[in-house]
Amino acid sequence: MTITLRMAWRNLWRHKRRTWLTVGAMIFSNLILVFSISLQLGSYQMMIDNSLKSYTGHMQIQREGYNEEPKMRSSIDAIISLAGRVRDQLGNESVAARGVAFAMTSSEERSYGLQIIGVEPEYEPKVSTLPGLITRGGYFTGLNTEEIIIGAVLARNLRVGIGDELTLLGSGHDGSFAAGIAIVTGIFESGIAEIDRSMAQLPIGYFQDLFGMEGRGHNIVINAADLSEVESAKQSVSSVLKDRDELVVLDWELLQPGLKQAIQADFTSAWFMYGVLIVLVAFSVLNTQLMSVLERTREFGVMMALGVKPARLGSLVITETAVMSGLGLAIGALLGIVMTWYLSIVGFSYPGMEDMAERFNLPDRMYPSLSILSIMLGPSVVFVFSLLASIYPAIRLFFLQPVTAMRAV
Amino acid sequence: MSSIVCKDLCKTFQQGEEIITGLDHVSIEIEAGDFVCLSGPSGSGKTTLLNAMGGLDTPDSGQIQVGDTRVDQLGKGPLADMRLHKIGFVFQAYNLIPVLTARENVEFVMQVRGEPAQERSHRSHDILKEVGLEGMEDRRPAQLSGGQQQRVAVARAIVSQPALVLADEPTANLDSVTATQLMDLFVELNQHHNITFVIATHDTRVMAYAKRLIKMRDGKIISDEKQQHPSTVVS
Repeated sequence: MTITLRMAWRNLWRHKRRTWLTVGAMIFSNLILVFSISLQLGSYQMMIDNSLKSYTGHMQIQREGYNEEPKMRSSIDAIISLAGRVRDQLGNESVAARGVAFAMTSSEERSYGLQIIGVEPEYEPKVSTLPGLITRGGYFTGLNTEEIIIGAVLARNLRVGIGDELTLLGSGHDGSFAAGIAIVTGIFESGIAEIDRSMAQLPIGYFQDLFGMEGRGHNIVINAADLSEVESAKQSVSSVLKDRDELVVLDWELLQPGLKQAIQADFTSAWFMYGVLIVLVAFSVLNTQLMSVLERTREFGVMMALGVKPARLGSLVITETAVMSGLGLAIGALLGIVMTWYLSIVGFSYPGMEDMAERFNLPDRMYPSLSILSIMLGPSVVFVFSLLASIYPAIRLFFLQPVTAMRAV
Repeated sequence: MSSIVCKDLCKTFQQGEEIITGLDHVSIEIEAGDFVCLSGPSGSGKTTLLNAMGGLDTPDSGQIQVGDTRVDQLGKGPLADMRLHKIGFVFQAYNLIPVLTARENVEFVMQVRGEPAQERSHRSHDILKEVGLEGMEDRRPAQLSGGQQQRVAVARAIVSQPALVLADEPTANLDSVTATQLMDLFVELNQHHNITFVIATHDTRVMAYAKRLIKMRDGKIISDEKQQHPSTVVS
C-alpha cells in the first residue's frame, strides 16, 4: 500500500462518525439505485412482453410496405401453410396467421364500423392475451365457423349478448362486396376502451371466405421465448422466407416504435429523480471533504513546507474520497444485489396490484431484473459525482501559502 | 563557500491598519557547515528571516541565494522542489503528520522525492536509530513525548541529507534535559554531516551552542558575533 493510500485510509477514520455518515448516505443511495434500476429494467421487460403478447407479438411477417400503409391487397398467399412452416422452423407453437379487414357491423338495432381480425383459433391464444380476456361465452369452436368475438363496450353499444347475430358488410380482397353473418360466441374485456369498442375477431377460415381472401392473410404473428431471443428467431424466420422476396420480418421496435420511446421517456424522467439523490450525496461528500481540508489546513501547510506540491495534496484528498466512495459503492451495491436478488425470486407487488393484474390478464407480481448494468450503473454515477465533488476542496489547496496555512489552528 | 546569502531583504506585514516591519534591509552571509543562531525578542524578525531563507515566504525586496539558487526568483513549484531537496525544517510544534508512525513520517519526505522503498526503509531505520528512537519506529506522534516527537521531526529534516536545516524555536516546548539532548544532536549532525544549521530562538541555552550568534530587533540585525567556545563539541 502506498503511503498516500495509507494516509487517505487513516485520515478517513480520524472522524469515524462523520465518515460513516457520508458512507451511509452513499450506501443508502447505491442500494436504492441498484434496486430501482433493476426494478425499472425488469418492469420494462414485463411491460414490453405484456404489451407485445397482448396483440402485436415480438415480430410479424408481412408483405413489404404493409406496416407503413396497411392495404387489403398487401396480403400473404397461403398464409396458414406458411405459418405452419415457421412453427416447424422455430419449433415453437407461438406463431399464428391473421387477416385484417374493416366492416360495418350491425345488430338488429345499431351499426358500428369495426376492425375485423381473422385468427387461427388454435394458435391465437399463444400469441395474444385477448382470448384469455373473454369474460362471457367462449372462444371459437372451429377454423371455418361463423362465429365472432367482440369487446364489452361494443356489445353494450350494439346491445347484443352471447348467441346474438351480427351482420358484417365490407370490401373483399378484390374490391367486391363482402357480406356475412356471425354469431357472438364471446365477449372480452381488455381494459382498453378503444379495443373493446372497435375490434372483433373471426376464425380465419370464415374471414377468408367472407372477404374473398382465397387462402390469403395479412400477417403472421410470432412470439419468441423472451425478448432476448427475438433477434435469433428473426434470423431463423428469415431463412424460411428465402423464396418469398415480397415478405419481410419486422420486429417489435418497428411494429411499435412508440413503446420504445415511452420506455426511453420513462427512463429519462426516472433519472431526474435519481439525479436529485446523487446530487444530495455529492453535496454530502463536498461538505465532508471541505471540512476535512479546512480542519487540516495546518497539516497541509506543514507538508507544503516540507516540499510537497499542492497537486500531490489534492490527489490525497481525491484518494480519500475515492476510498470512501469505493466503500459506499461496495457495501451499497452488495446490499442492493442481495435485496434485489431476493425480490427477483419472490417477486414484488403493491396494494391493489393483484386486482389490476387479474383484470388485465397480467402477472400479479413484478420481478426486478438483476444485471451487470443495473448493478453498476447507479453506483458508478454516484462514485463519479463524489469524485467530482472532491475537486473543489482539492483545488483550494492550490491557493494555500505554507506560512499562512501553518498558522491555522 | 557561502551556503546562504541574503542582500538587503525587506518585508512588511499589514495588521489591521498598522504596517509592521518584519525585515528592514537585512543582509547576511552564512557559510556552509556553520551553526548559526538568530536571537531576539518576539517580533524581531528572526522567524520572518528564517521563512524567507527557506522559501516559505517571499520578501518584498532584496535577494536570497541558497547554494547556487536564487530563492527570491523561484516560482511556487521550483520553491517546493528546493525545500524538498535542499532544506530540512524543524518547527517549534514538531508538526508531524498525526496519522503516520515515526518511521512513516521520516519516509514520507523520501517518498515524495521518489526514492525506492528499500532505500527508504533502510535510511529511516538508520536515522531513527541515530536520533535515539530505535524501537519506537511504529509509534504514532500521539504515542511519543514532546522530545521524542521533536527527534522524529529532526530525523525527517535530515533524512534526505539536506545542505541546510532551518529550525524555528526547536526547544520551546521541551524541558531542559530534552532541549540539551536535542541541541547535542544538532551539534553532532552539524559536525558529522556538515549540515548548515540556522536556528531561530530566544532560548539562551540554545544560543550557547551557536558558532555564530546573530541578534535581531525590529527587523534589523543589531549584532553578529562568532562564539569561540560553543557549549558542546562532539568528538
